[in-house]
Amino acid sequence: MAYTEEELKKELETKEYEYGFYTDIESDTFPKGLSADIVRAISKKKNEPEWMTEWRLDAFRIWEDMKEPEWANVNYEKPDFQAISYYSAPKKADPNKSLDDVDPELLEMYKKLGISVDEQKRLQNVAVDIVVDSVSVATTFKKTLAEKGIIFMPISEAIQEHPELVKKYMGTVVPKTDNFYAALNSAVFTDGSFCYIPKGVKCPMELSTYFRINEGGTGQFERTLVIADESSYVSYLEGCTAPSRDENQLHAAVVELIALDDAEIKYSTVQNWFPGDKEGKGGVYNFVTKRGLCEKNSKISWTQVETGSAVTWKYPSCILKGDNAVGEFYSIAVTNNFQQADTGTKMVHLGKNTKSTIISKGISAGKSQNSYRGLVQVSSRAENARNFSQCDSLLMGNECGAHTFPYIEAKNKSAQIEHEATTSKIGEDQIFYCNQRGIDTEKAIALIVNGFSKEVLNKLPMEFAVEAQKLLEISLEGSVG
Amino acid sequence: MLEIKDLHASVEEKDILKGINLNVSAGEVHAIMGPNGSGKSTLASVIAGKEEFDVDKGSIALEGEDLEDLAPEERAHKGIFLSFQYPVEIPGVSVTNFMKTAINESRKARGMEDMPANEMLKLIREKSEMLEIDRKFLSRSLNEGFSGGEKKRNEIFQMAMLEPKLAILDETDSGLDIDALRIVANGVNKLRSKDNAIVVITHYQRLLEYIVPDYVHVLYDGKIVKSGEKELALELEEKGYDWIKQEAVV
Repeated sequence: MAYTEEELKKELETKEYEYGFYTDIESDTFPKGLSADIVRAISKKKNEPEWMTEWRLDAFRIWEDMKEPEWANVNYEKPDFQAISYYSAPKKADPNKSLDDVDPELLEMYKKLGISVDEQKRLQNVAVDIVVDSVSVATTFKKTLAEKGIIFMPISEAIQEHPELVKKYMGTVVPKTDNFYAALNSAVFTDGSFCYIPKGVKCPMELSTYFRINEGGTGQFERTLVIADESSYVSYLEGCTAPSRDENQLHAAVVELIALDDAEIKYSTVQNWFPGDKEGKGGVYNFVTKRGLCEKNSKISWTQVETGSAVTWKYPSCILKGDNAVGEFYSIAVTNNFQQADTGTKMVHLGKNTKSTIISKGISAGKSQNSYRGLVQVSSRAENARNFSQCDSLLMGNECGAHTFPYIEAKNKSAQIEHEATTSKIGEDQIFYCNQRGIDTEKAIALIVNGFSKEVLNKLPMEFAVEAQKLLEISLEGSVG
Repeated sequence: MLEIKDLHASVEEKDILKGINLNVSAGEVHAIMGPNGSGKSTLASVIAGKEEFDVDKGSIALEGEDLEDLAPEERAHKGIFLSFQYPVEIPGVSVTNFMKTAINESRKARGMEDMPANEMLKLIREKSEMLEIDRKFLSRSLNEGFSGGEKKRNEIFQMAMLEPKLAILDETDSGLDIDALRIVANGVNKLRSKDNAIVVITHYQRLLEYIVPDYVHVLYDGKIVKSGEKELALELEEKGYDWIKQEAVV
């Protein structure tokens, strides 16, 4: 047989996960299992006020009556929710201490992750909050941000220090009753990031959170809440990694964005959870609910590069509530080996003249399955709503799958909705052409994939784009002999 | 420069090349002509190292070095360039980015650093002017939506950028109108030097009016059945390939 089909496939299978190290840090981990008592214990551990404890317990009761959803185009063994530990914290972490006090092993871990929690970040103008397992370890640049009135801190601290904001907004975009995993998250979330940009303030730097699961047999349930007050602007970055493990780890996060009148939020994610090994063993189950609410003249852009996780179930969405609101979704989802991804977005047009754009790029290799699922909904009072959707799939080899499930519900006749979809395959001829110009197969694939993903990569903040590009290469290429 | 000895090649067990002998020296231009299906494009692909072809017998050497064990990209690093008959599209990858990658990969293989950006820019400017290429063209996705003429001109632009020792032009004239043909041929002529060699594969004599070869070979049924100087091309034009076929049978 010809070169690419066989050789290419082999090469794609052999690239190992680069972030698969485990850091030996003493952890404070709860016994496995979930009950009202565990929920109370989490709340107590965090020294939470009574209202928060009650909120959690309410969510737990809702969750108990819910069933795990089965409509996604993925197959996996359902997690045993009683076999997971719902709280794990590196013992030496103390969010009140400065970076100098952080466990050197933790710092070493960040280095391996390529995160420099130091002056480098100042040069790059990025403030970082790092969440390992369940707690937030260090937030940099608090002071610089505070001068502008920007609040950027672990959500556990925000509950203590800014209860009025948390109370007012948490659960308003993703209610406790929204879905099975959102209810679970509401009951047991242990940390995450909180961000508030005051009226008229343009956040002077990128805000960034890094999540990492370290401890075995634990779940990570972080909660992120970003509020952009009227006429403010913020760009938010999120990065994720986990060590290689044989068992599946559960990650069920909730992210809520609120853009008040004339505000803009850019939310970028580079997700690189452990995808499982090449036999499909292990890997993170990533069941995430992300949604943003857009008030009048506001804008929310979701940009995501998804390369990790064994199973992904994720639909960053926009509720375009106010008139003239704009929602955008730019996504690259890569699946390899036995990975499965069911990802896309929901654009709900409620206000007049609301606009949404969806650009989705799915890349499948190995024996993976990659699905785009998107809903464009136009309500009856949303005059002149417009949507443009483009879903492109790139296939490598003959054993993977790409699927597109677009749903359109328009209840207003003035709506303009466009949908374009393409499917292509990396061809032997393309590879040979590159080879003939002196570009080896590995580099050729990277070039073709980057070209395919360009429209989305261009939406990422500069330094993140470079990182994402590298990640695409790592996820898809083999070590060519 | 190029030395081909008794080359036999097949694809899926079907013999296509049946004993080719060819010597091309530096500074020479050779034309390979022949009817459809005679093996012209296969010969080009085999020299470039396309893996779907099996070399069953014989050898190909560049500057005395046997190419047998070299991958296509390694042959490219040694200075072999193939101008494709049907150049492929690579969406989202600009001509400039593609050339930058190609040049730097070859440099890397020779143990050199990446070409500095200003040097690259200068090279691009110089070569695009030589081939009358609009700068806007260079930011477009490689071959995507290009006309036939643009694709071929782009191939020659790449040849100019990479400065190969041996360039094989596979049916570079097909799909070109007379103006485009003249520009492409002029470009190739400017790239001729005493240090490089060019093999022009063509069905028609037309291209050879512009790129005048030193030698002409006629390929028929996987073998070179006739070789001569440039006049042979004219003779072929006049008498047609049937004349060769008849001679070959005899």
